[in-house]
Amino acid sequence: MIKRFLYSQKVAPYVFVLPFVLVFAIFWVYPLISSFQMSFQKITLGQEAQYIGFDNYTKLMTDKTFLKAIGNSALYMVLTLVILIPFPMLFAVLINNRLMWGREFFKSSFFFPALTSVVVAGTIFRLMFGEMDGSLMNSILALFGVGPMKFLKEHTTGMIALLALATWRWTGVNMLYFLSGLKNIPDDYYEAASIDGASSFQKFMKITVPLLKPTSIYVLTISIYAGLAMFIESMMLWNGNNSPKNIGLTIVGYLYRQGIEKNNLGYAAAVGIVLLLITMIINLTQLAFTGLFKKED
Amino acid sequence: MTKSREKAVRICLFIFFVIISFFILVPFYAVTISAFKPGEELVRYGLNLKFDLNVMSFDNFVYLFTGDHAYFTWFFNSLILTIVQVVLTLLISATVAYGFSAYDFRGKNFLFICVLLIMMVPFEILLLPLYKLIFNMNLMNTYSAIILPGIASAATIFFFRQYLSGIPKELIAAGRVDGATEYGIYVRLILPIMKPSFAAMAILNGMNSWNNFLWPFMVLSNENKYTLPIGLKTLLTPYGNNYDLLIVGSFFSILPIFVLFIAFQKYFIDGMTAGAVKG
Repeated sequence: MIKRFLYSQKVAPYVFVLPFVLVFAIFWVYPLISSFQMSFQKITLGQEAQYIGFDNYTKLMTDKTFLKAIGNSALYMVLTLVILIPFPMLFAVLINNRLMWGREFFKSSFFFPALTSVVVAGTIFRLMFGEMDGSLMNSILALFGVGPMKFLKEHTTGMIALLALATWRWTGVNMLYFLSGLKNIPDDYYEAASIDGASSFQKFMKITVPLLKPTSIYVLTISIYAGLAMFIESMMLWNGNNSPKNIGLTIVGYLYRQGIEKNNLGYAAAVGIVLLLITMIINLTQLAFTGLFKKED
Repeated sequence: MTKSREKAVRICLFIFFVIISFFILVPFYAVTISAFKPGEELVRYGLNLKFDLNVMSFDNFVYLFTGDHAYFTWFFNSLILTIVQVVLTLLISATVAYGFSAYDFRGKNFLFICVLLIMMVPFEILLLPLYKLIFNMNLMNTYSAIILPGIASAATIFFFRQYLSGIPKELIAAGRVDGATEYGIYVRLILPIMKPSFAAMAILNGMNSWNNFLWPFMVLSNENKYTLPIGLKTLLTPYGNNYDLLIVGSFFSILPIFVLFIAFQKYFIDGMTAGAVKG
């Protein structure tokens, strides 16, 4: 009887999706609700929680360190968008040119950095941006008669190091995204444009860029998410969650500092909820603006 | 285009990509040569490109393989965790994806929106409640704490569902006519067809697992259970640094992935770009 029930066509689909439902409920919905709840509490691990209303949120509004973290994360996100969308798109178009020599070799070498873990890549970049005279970046500066500089002690140079790390790791992956988008553009379009006498630049602006829009939206969406949630990169560059004058502190870094290092779980949960709201608002605005929802009507 | 202009374009493109590749490959070169230099060099001069045979030796490699440290414990922990995680995640995600693609059932659309939702919300905001949950479940310092939350991976389910949408429904109907049960159809007819898509997802999940850091770092506190990224991170402490092991260990941790990449390049690229295929 039970066997017949479980084997029926009506019940089988639920058995198939059951693992997802369980994982979703236990490790996603429950923590999310619990995160909301915790954000209204004063709570320390292993102790009775205490409801304190909106206190965590009002405290966050005037928390200078938190505002600094938001500023750092937002700046990092915007700059990664500015670098990691146009350049990989341009590289994809160039490498896709029929006159390109050694296409497969360059595709692989661009992809190599994505194979390294943040821990290893971050360590490499910290040492390259080291403050000793002999470090790679300082020896390059020395060629121009500048330096040596303490890259990881100043706001601007610290941000440059973070961006260099992100650019190094993700240029190749984003280029591959755009390459797979380029495959969906029919050659006829370019041929027709050539007959009409369009220049390469015109073809790029009038055909390639508009038709790559779905790929661009995808890359934009994941980059906004990744930019705002960045933490380990900063942790590796500064070998810990403490950077001079908090130049490397990010929103998730602050969440980690409050929640794990200071055992201030309620306050940290509020940081998480603010991050969730910021991410959702930016991404939904962006998706509405780029017209993804309209397409689905 | 004339022949000579074609040639000029070719050469310009080539030089352009050689220059960019140079910048991309420099850090790898720096790490490789530093693996042959003593750690003090690194402390004194930072990571640089000096190829100086006078200070270079195999000492670090000898230390890596024979020294008194936990590197290979971490290495094998990572290896086992990666294999278990990949096998479980792929089997479970494929099963869920099959449920979504083969049947129409009540609540299907709602559940699939949940899959998409997971992909859109930063995992980082769940760190603390998950940490509390794992603490209350008494799973601290266990591999279950790392494996369970990600066992039904949204991106993997999404990819498998796309792949399965290309398989004709007639095949399933034919299986039923032959008297196979619903589960028999999945195991005997569908799973074998899905094999090619497993390679790309195995690589994507394998890489994520091998390189995973933050969550394992939070739940593992016993040095003997550390994975490789955690182990490498702990080599630098306020109380003393072990640069000798750090650089040669970093070098050696990239090596297996490089070998796999060279051998299965197509699957790596398929796996990494799976999300954007349909825009």
